[in-house]
Amino acid sequence: MLYREAGQFKSSYAADSAILPIRQDRIGLAIILAIAFVVIPLAASPYLFSAILIPTLILALAALGLNILTGYAGQLSLGAAAFMAVGAFASYNFVLRVPGIPLLLAFAGGGVMAAAVGIVFGLPSLRIRGFYLAVATLAAQFFIVWCLTKIGWITNYNSSGVITAQRMQIAGITFDTPQEKYLLVLTIVALMALAAKNMARGNIGRQWMAIRDMDVAAEVIGIRLMRAKLLAFAVSSFYCGVAGALFAYAYLGTVEPEAYSLDLSFRILFMIIIGGLGTVLGAFLGSAFIVIVPILLSVAVEFLDNTLHLGVPSSVGSNLQLMVFGGLIIFFLIVEPFGLARIWQITKEKLRLWPFPH
Amino acid sequence: MLSFVFEVAIGGLLSGVMYSLVALGFVLIYKASGVFNFAQGSLVFFAALTFVGLTEHGLSFPVALLVTLVVMVIAGLLIERLVLRPLVNQPQISLFMATIGLSFFIEGLAQLVWGANVRGLDLGIQDEPIAWIADRTGVNVSKFDLMAAAIAAVLVTGLGLFFSRTRIGRALRAVADDHQAALAVGIPLQQIWGIVWAVAGLVALVAGMLWGARNGVQFALTFVALKALPVLILGGFESIAGAIVGGLIVGCTEKLAEVFIGPHVGGGIEGWFPYVLALAFLLVRPEGLFGEKIIRRI
Repeated sequence: MLYREAGQFKSSYAADSAILPIRQDRIGLAIILAIAFVVIPLAASPYLFSAILIPTLILALAALGLNILTGYAGQLSLGAAAFMAVGAFASYNFVLRVPGIPLLLAFAGGGVMAAAVGIVFGLPSLRIRGFYLAVATLAAQFFIVWCLTKIGWITNYNSSGVITAQRMQIAGITFDTPQEKYLLVLTIVALMALAAKNMARGNIGRQWMAIRDMDVAAEVIGIRLMRAKLLAFAVSSFYCGVAGALFAYAYLGTVEPEAYSLDLSFRILFMIIIGGLGTVLGAFLGSAFIVIVPILLSVAVEFLDNTLHLGVPSSVGSNLQLMVFGGLIIFFLIVEPFGLARIWQITKEKLRLWPFPH
Repeated sequence: MLSFVFEVAIGGLLSGVMYSLVALGFVLIYKASGVFNFAQGSLVFFAALTFVGLTEHGLSFPVALLVTLVVMVIAGLLIERLVLRPLVNQPQISLFMATIGLSFFIEGLAQLVWGANVRGLDLGIQDEPIAWIADRTGVNVSKFDLMAAAIAAVLVTGLGLFFSRTRIGRALRAVADDHQAALAVGIPLQQIWGIVWAVAGLVALVAGMLWGARNGVQFALTFVALKALPVLILGGFESIAGAIVGGLIVGCTEKLAEVFIGPHVGGGIEGWFPYVLALAFLLVRPEGLFGEKIIRRI
């Protein structure tokens, strides 16, 4: 009743092919953006920014990148964290060695470096698919992190191995407080998500989806596999690179290889599995899920510990978290293999009919 | 100098045997059900931890071994029933990701039940060089590694005999070839999968005990599973002989690379060398040394 598109007529091709053709969707998105840009910076606590909102947004960006590669183009990759690391270290080096470089250009440069590395490690995808490609990306993950640890020039010959990220400054405005960092991250992520959505709707997105579904058939109808696959790797690594740079500058405050371990790669993979492969919304929903669930779990364990006085050791919390994670992944794969985004889609479809059953 | 190369090579071969044991579990499950079981590493960890936990609680070696065996078999059957059966016709990638989730679950469960301390596992054989050989040739070969190789040989022979001589083994091979044809002939698919997972649990137990005795029973044991991936790629996903040969190659080249190339580039090569080797191999011979050449019709 409220969500009908009845009465909304399109009178131009542009209106017809808009991202959000239904007015209620546009209003909904406007409300969400208003809350995100205006209400939250005014109302949220610094803890909420630094522990929940900022990592959710940054990891959502990385999940978006991995979703482009695995969800749209069908190339399974376990090396997302390595490309994030490349982006972080490249941005650090740009800011360090090019005096006066604009910060956003440094981030973009980090993304471009990550894209270049992504193309190199994406070359095997032209010959191998499926798990074998996953192993190739694992090779990328371990090799890249090893390189970043061993090659002194990248870390500026830092003896401790932990580099403090420089302060973020754009046109004289420094981004020090959690609020300012949050707004910067939000702007970058929103713009890149819009770009990703448009890419997915356009020619290249359709080429990727054709390759994912059956690459032999895609080649038969004239899609150039090498270009499309390498482009998928490049774009995905660009997104992961920018996310990595943001991860170092806006979240951790340090640039270190250990933060981009295999564990992070798996977390990002879980984000897109739980969120929904092949959707932009899925990256955000999955990221929120993976960031918030551990916090909820530890709060719950602590609450139970305090009320029931069980004397539960802290390791129980982290082990329970592992079990719940694993269990949830299996649960989602059995019950809704298309993830939270599909659940949202089904909800919207039911809303269109409400209050009627069909 | 040459004896040093020899020593490193033999040490590498013997550690490769350990990788083979883990890869064996992968191969068994992949052969029978086409599922790449990422949780094999956590099963190894769980088996080792259960065994050590039981011995710490006072059970004697053989009793603890028997109980752990039963636990692993039950675990295998439960996994097949609860995780794999609901996902029967899903694409391979969903099954793979389900096993990743399963590995997290098993790790958490193992540590929840038995605690996260590093424990030693004593099998009674020391990790010392055999004096007899060391005196004659100057090459140090560890007693423990040789025993591990012997156990692996026994296991592989046992499995080989099981597959070729018994009815159940033949049924397993039939299921591995073609599920539908096996169903048509009357082979109960669900039972076979249950048996396969139980046997994989047994292999995980053997691997867990050997690895645990070598490196101590700790969380890092689960990452052994990741090392088994290059082994499988080199050997082929469906071949037991491939798992052995692949393990030997990976173990040997990894150690040789670490010792001879490592110092020139700063060390720590062991972490990625097997993967890069597997990658190079994939580009040349994607199905591995002993794997079946997959002709993808569509």
